[in-house]
Amino acid sequence: MNKGTLRRIVSLILEYKFSFFLSLLFALIYTISGLLIPLLTGRAVDFIVAKGNVDFTGLFRILSLIAFLAILSFISSYLMARLNNRISYRVSRRMRDLSFSKLSRLPLSYLDSHPSGDTLSRIINDVDNLSDGLILGFSQLFTGIMTILGTLIMLFGLNYILALVVLLVTPLSLFVASFISNRTQRMYRVMAEDRSRQTECIDEMVRMDDEVKIYNGKRNAEAVFDKINEDYAASSFKATFFSSITNPATRFVNSIVYALTALTGALLAINGRISVGLMTSALSYANQYTKPFNEITGVIAEFQSAIVSAFRVFALLDEKEESRIGEGEISSSEGDVSFDDVSFSYDKSQKLIENFSFNAKSGEHVAIVGPTGAGKTTIINLLMRFYDADKGRILLDGRDITTIDRQSVRKLFGMVLQDTYIRNASVKDNILMGRSFSDEDVRKAARLSHADAFIERLPNGYDTMLSDESSSLSQGERQLLSIARIMLSLPPVLILDEATSSIDTRTELLIQNSFARLMEGRTTFSVAHRLSTIENADTIIVLKDGSVVEMGRHEELLEKKGFYYELYRSQFI
Amino acid sequence: MKPYGKECVLAPLFKLSEALLELFVPLVVASIIDYGISNNDVPYILRMCLLLVLLALLGLSVSITAQYFSAKAASFYSRDVKAALFRKIESLSKVDLDRVGEATLITRMTSDMNLLQTGVNMTLRLLLRSPFVVFGAAIMAFTVNVRAALIFAVTIPLLTLAIVIFMCISLPRFKVVQARLDRILSRTRENLVGVRVMRAFALEEAEEDAFKKENESLYLMQIAASKISVLTNPVTSMIINLSIIALLYFGAINVNIGSLSQGELVALVNYMNQILVELVKLANLIITITKAINSGNRISAVFHLESSITFGNQEDVAQADDAIVFDNVSFSYSEGAKNALSNVSFSLKKGQTLGIIGGTGSGKSTLAALLTRLYDVKSGEIRLFGKDIRTYSEKALSETVSMALQKARLFKGSIRSNLLFVKEDADSEDIDNALKVARAKEFVDKKGLDAPVEALGKNFSGGQRQRLSVARAVLKGARIIVLDDSSSALDYKTESEMRRELGSLDSTLVIISQRASSMLHADKIIVLDDGHIAAVGNHEQLLASSPLYSEIYYTQFEKEERNE
Repeated sequence: MNKGTLRRIVSLILEYKFSFFLSLLFALIYTISGLLIPLLTGRAVDFIVAKGNVDFTGLFRILSLIAFLAILSFISSYLMARLNNRISYRVSRRMRDLSFSKLSRLPLSYLDSHPSGDTLSRIINDVDNLSDGLILGFSQLFTGIMTILGTLIMLFGLNYILALVVLLVTPLSLFVASFISNRTQRMYRVMAEDRSRQTECIDEMVRMDDEVKIYNGKRNAEAVFDKINEDYAASSFKATFFSSITNPATRFVNSIVYALTALTGALLAINGRISVGLMTSALSYANQYTKPFNEITGVIAEFQSAIVSAFRVFALLDEKEESRIGEGEISSSEGDVSFDDVSFSYDKSQKLIENFSFNAKSGEHVAIVGPTGAGKTTIINLLMRFYDADKGRILLDGRDITTIDRQSVRKLFGMVLQDTYIRNASVKDNILMGRSFSDEDVRKAARLSHADAFIERLPNGYDTMLSDESSSLSQGERQLLSIARIMLSLPPVLILDEATSSIDTRTELLIQNSFARLMEGRTTFSVAHRLSTIENADTIIVLKDGSVVEMGRHEELLEKKGFYYELYRSQFI
Repeated sequence: MKPYGKECVLAPLFKLSEALLELFVPLVVASIIDYGISNNDVPYILRMCLLLVLLALLGLSVSITAQYFSAKAASFYSRDVKAALFRKIESLSKVDLDRVGEATLITRMTSDMNLLQTGVNMTLRLLLRSPFVVFGAAIMAFTVNVRAALIFAVTIPLLTLAIVIFMCISLPRFKVVQARLDRILSRTRENLVGVRVMRAFALEEAEEDAFKKENESLYLMQIAASKISVLTNPVTSMIINLSIIALLYFGAINVNIGSLSQGELVALVNYMNQILVELVKLANLIITITKAINSGNRISAVFHLESSITFGNQEDVAQADDAIVFDNVSFSYSEGAKNALSNVSFSLKKGQTLGIIGGTGSGKSTLAALLTRLYDVKSGEIRLFGKDIRTYSEKALSETVSMALQKARLFKGSIRSNLLFVKEDADSEDIDNALKVARAKEFVDKKGLDAPVEALGKNFSGGQRQRLSVARAVLKGARIIVLDDSSSALDYKTESEMRRELGSLDSTLVIISQRASSMLHADKIIVLDDGHIAAVGNHEQLLASSPLYSEIYYTQFEKEERNE
């Protein structure tokens, strides 16, 4: 899994090949000048021996060389950092774009069954974390490796035995680092999971703030939150602490290298194989050699957390998309809808709709009734292609809707749901919903749906900003607004899911008139409780526990004295 | 930070000891050269190398201890801040939440807190160590040679200045970055929560385009912010390198006239390099810290919000005979907006049932929200059992009024946890009874009390959610129960059964509904129209006297009248 994730991160970065290799080039220049400046400083000191024994011409040559390298190092390190930032910001921009596009391709079954807080956390926190890790990661990793190689070359130039001692102990440092990182990887994953659980919890409690307030549920909400908060503190402590052991541990290994170099150097010096000065240089290089290891291991912690985040983002990106079968376009429809032997259930182990066949001719009004939880909304989910049937076909003008592009199908349906959603946008944009119509059309749609009265009472009329969370609109006003959305484009098939449940009867009656006009020549599916509104329906489908128990016209069903009759009676108790 | 005083002192302290231990190493090496090599004393060299290993071991344990304390302080400090922040958010009123915006509060609790936590951790580990090493090295330089060390006196303020300037420039830019991120978050959230509507209108492509634009503007701002902050590192190294050149030049002059030795010059250069190494670490840290400070400010801004609703300290429940009195109550949602309720006055006796009916936007839900103090009245007074609603403590108020909301939602957990949420000590009899009243028993029995509930109760149908929400309101056992259109998703049969059960409770009931049938048995019915009381009375009286009421009634019962 991690190998796959890493490979994908690398291939993502390779898309910015040019910038990436340019950045590596600058890193190289930066590292080399960084290694040469101390060497030159040492040479400069050699020109300054004692009183009256200073070679100023030699010194100036060296000093101007140092100045040149300093400028080179300044430019290259700046450009390197700029390029690295650019790459990683681009990567995160791309990942955000990709995951947002993914959202619109995920099937409803995924979104219905996954907490939105978790998905949100992947797109926002994890993508950010991934890019942060990358910024620190790649540039430091590369300069670190370059410094190590450069120092090794210098060391071999000094004395091969000392260089070998340093080289042989190196793997130990790497071994320690990878040992710790393997163990902390799991802790980081637990931490990321706890973090996402926490985001979910906060999201929920903020959204359900009314309930918390009304039931004085603060203490309970706090208890739920505190438990998760405690878990997160513990897991983040564990992950942070154990990954931060890496640095001291490798530094310890490096100190051992230093001690061994001192020992070998001293023994070689006693035997006269090297000079004391050479040993001093070797020691300072050995010291310098160990520093990048510290940096690299320091980066590893960031890196690990970035990899875990990358894994979570890739997992989202890899989710199965809504099947794209059905590329056919359909721009208009007669509105003839049939269900042909359709079976469907959310949970495949529990049967829901079984072998359902039915035909609504163009312009007919089909009412779906049944007790709460009987599966009325399921029919709508299938019609709108939010879910696809497990078996059988749904036909629109004789064409299997699965052979037609989803969006194209949906555009033919006008849907008003019981739970209306209000966008973070103006009233006007909430009615337009991305379609292009004139202001006059918008006003007309609002008038027809009787939404204009309350809209004009809002502080800025049609330009008032709304949001789903804000409480400035009542449920009924929300429904009027969503009816106005439909009035605007008049699609050939209407789906009204308890469309008027929160609207008072007076307004409803007015809307019914508009609806009646709207429904003329349009096939309409309506879910309603108020049986009075569906008495004129061409067909009434009576559902109970997910299956169709009766079907027919109002009078026929009453005569049957079956389940519909019972429902109808209870309305007037 | 206070409770972690111990960790906050110990972590940097251990970090300092580690730095001090590192300073011993050159001394040991010097003695190896001066005594070991010059005397050909192999056992001495071995002993000294063993000492180096011991120093390393000591350094390892000291450093791990420091990391332990700083990780502990950072993790648990952020836990405490989050807990406090959560409580703060809970204490804010609905008005405050609407104004501030929920999405931004969530970002502050999550990504801002993460940045703050990393910042604290890094600060404890490095921030105190670095200045210590920098100033330590400068002081050592002065002991070597005062005149040459004057270069340090120029370099260090210059470095400090550079770092401060870069911080001041990038801080506001990071603020903008964070604000752009907020926008992205809110759009993503919108597309997750409102997915059905978005798809029904085939808005996917348009949303992707809008998101891409916002994402692009975030990217441009990130680049603009980092443009300055990435200069920190190159500029500080440049200053150091120039100082080294200056040091070598003035050193050369001084050595030439004999006021400085070669060894002393080497020492000075070494100290300058030591400063460089520390500053590179510090510069890398600056970005993390800048972000952490910015996040810290955003978090503390939340702590500074004053809740616009404060509760009284009336703990015991008042006993007056009038359960609810509205005394000339007016209310508007925001300053300057049209009144949602105007001059509403009425009273209701203990144990009675009040029906509230009226058109969409007539103020029914507003009235309910005022009754549960989700909002405060603009003028007038609401009295519950004789006492002003504002004098009740939070707990006493919740025991006095409970409400099932128009939009029924459930908490993630189980059916049981949702019920226990309102009353921790409810026994199975209480629960059974509440479920029975709300007509939820049948489906709950089928699913089991421990059936999992997903966030917001997504895995339950609208009607099931409404029934559980009513059960919750009933279980709370408050003296007044408000049902805000809580049966709109129920079929009439279930609703009428529920109404019968509710009637058998001894609580005072307030039933808000669109359905005249829900009003029939109410002792008093208020007809609201555009925020005003249009009529008050019982069913028969209103049918005779209120044209509005009879209109509502007959549009719903026309058929029945004709049939019978």
